[in-house]
Amino acid sequence: MIETHLPAIISLNFLVFSVIIPLFGVWKRELCQPLASLGTGISSVFSVYGFIYYLNDIPLRYLFGGWEPPVGIEFVYDGLSAFVIMVINVIAFFVLIHSRQVAVNEFPHKQMAYYSVAMLLMLGFNGMVLTGDLFNLFVFLEIASLSMYALIAIGDRAAPFSAFRYLIIGTTGGTLYLLGVGFLYTVTGTLNIIDMAPMLPEFAGNTAVITAVVLMVVGIGTKAALFPMHGWLPDSYTYAASSSSALIAPIGTKVAAYVLIRIMLYLFGIELIDLVVPISYIVGLLACIGILYGSIMAIAQNEMKRMLAYSSISQIGYIIMGISLANPYGFIGALLHILNHAVMKACLFMVAANLRQKEGHSDITRFDHSYRRKYPWTMFSFATAAISMVGLPPLAGFFSKWYLVLGTVEADNWLFLAVILVSSLLNAVYFFRVLEKVYMKNPDADEQIPDHVGEKDEVPPSMLYSTSILAVGLFLIGIFNVAIVTVIMNMIPSGF
Amino acid sequence: MLDFLLGHYAYWLTIILLCIGLYGILFKKNLVKKTIGLTILQVSVVLFWVSIGSKWDATVPVRDPGISTAEVANYLNPLPHTLMLTAIVVGVATLGVAFALLIATYNRYKTLDEEEILEQIQ
Repeated sequence: MIETHLPAIISLNFLVFSVIIPLFGVWKRELCQPLASLGTGISSVFSVYGFIYYLNDIPLRYLFGGWEPPVGIEFVYDGLSAFVIMVINVIAFFVLIHSRQVAVNEFPHKQMAYYSVAMLLMLGFNGMVLTGDLFNLFVFLEIASLSMYALIAIGDRAAPFSAFRYLIIGTTGGTLYLLGVGFLYTVTGTLNIIDMAPMLPEFAGNTAVITAVVLMVVGIGTKAALFPMHGWLPDSYTYAASSSSALIAPIGTKVAAYVLIRIMLYLFGIELIDLVVPISYIVGLLACIGILYGSIMAIAQNEMKRMLAYSSISQIGYIIMGISLANPYGFIGALLHILNHAVMKACLFMVAANLRQKEGHSDITRFDHSYRRKYPWTMFSFATAAISMVGLPPLAGFFSKWYLVLGTVEADNWLFLAVILVSSLLNAVYFFRVLEKVYMKNPDADEQIPDHVGEKDEVPPSMLYSTSILAVGLFLIGIFNVAIVTVIMNMIPSGF
Repeated sequence: MLDFLLGHYAYWLTIILLCIGLYGILFKKNLVKKTIGLTILQVSVVLFWVSIGSKWDATVPVRDPGISTAEVANYLNPLPHTLMLTAIVVGVATLGVAFALLIATYNRYKTLDEEEILEQIQ
């Protein structure tokens, strides 16, 4: 009984909690964070259950109000959306548990608003992933974006300004997407993705369809921070509160990448996209430039959150490159990297939050080797996630890069292969810079750090455990990657 | 050629509005003017959707016994118009958030000029 209602339960649960949190928050402010964690926890449990239940089953199409598509709006719960839903909800659950002390420390009087908006953000993301209707996707996109602007604005002094710049860029992207949907509607007369997909090959070469592809890819690419539409990302992630950037960085751009998969591979299909202009190759090239640009800029940063933000630009490039390869290995690599990067980036931003909590800054130049003794587990998590980012086996990051490399080889695309290998080296440069500061003694240091500084002084358990669990998760994903890849193989769209 | 230009006058207006909006977003230094540009951009897309739903010599999509429903051309297509109600609401919400952020920015920097704010952040 409950299985057939899973898509509605998972997403609308967030709407319920976004209303409950202010009600209880007025009474007791401390209740907001546990309620938000509870809400995300419930959705996570349902999404894991649903993922296992629908693993080998036919996709579930949930019709709202019983209206058949294309008249009504439907949620499509197939392998791909179930997988992405599970990833984002579980990550959000850990981030919200972690945010307890950060909230008390960084924005004590805004907790109620913060957690209520965070629930709306998750509603928007879940809706974007689940919906099977292009206009409904726009509505959920805007719900998620508006919540994101609000969450980013809670932060440092410069946060509202960076949120405003993101608002201008993000809304322009959303509006271009809406224009693209309008073009498709004039051609096909429907908005339902499953209904529209078989109609589109009839209009192959139609200028309106080609324009729609470009407008939609640019619009969603803005949300995914595809180069050169990435300008909003570094400032937003740097100035936002630590818990906001830990929530938005691993999830936000991944959902946009998922929407790109839906549009490019499921709605249009790769033949239609490449018919007149090789759009998928152009997108892949932009992703390559983004990978190199993000990595090089990350090396130049001294602030850890800013470094991680630039590294996000480069990592989203891997995912989009995997999509643009449009072969099974590229697809597996892209999806696996959605999972891996979500876990790695959440873990790294949590480490930045832990350091800000204890040291009051996350400036890499001021790191020293006493951190190794003061925060052994935080630094262990950082090292694990960093090495996984670089891509050393048996950690998770190695396997997604491995499948991406196989994809480039299968496509005979040696340029993309070179970019992946070079950027792995660049990743190593900016992460080992931090690891060297923390794990090696600085021989040039004027004064020796006294022994009493090296007392173990870890962050509170709520922060420590969620950070460490994600770090251990990277080992588990790496070790059990064969099982995950077997599952992903079932999701490969037809036509490859 | 002239028929092509005149026949698509609604789309030409949309394109002009879209360009004005993009110009405002890209080249205006004042943040309020940027917001105005954003609104013009959104309105241009809304007008595009409204214009694709309209027809000559058609009536509102309420069933009239005197007008046959068998002929599609007798009635307007209501769907783009209803969708645009939602899009307008989204636009208003975006505008509200934008102004809230601008108030917070002004309280911190005492200016709304983009370059002056960037100087202060540096």
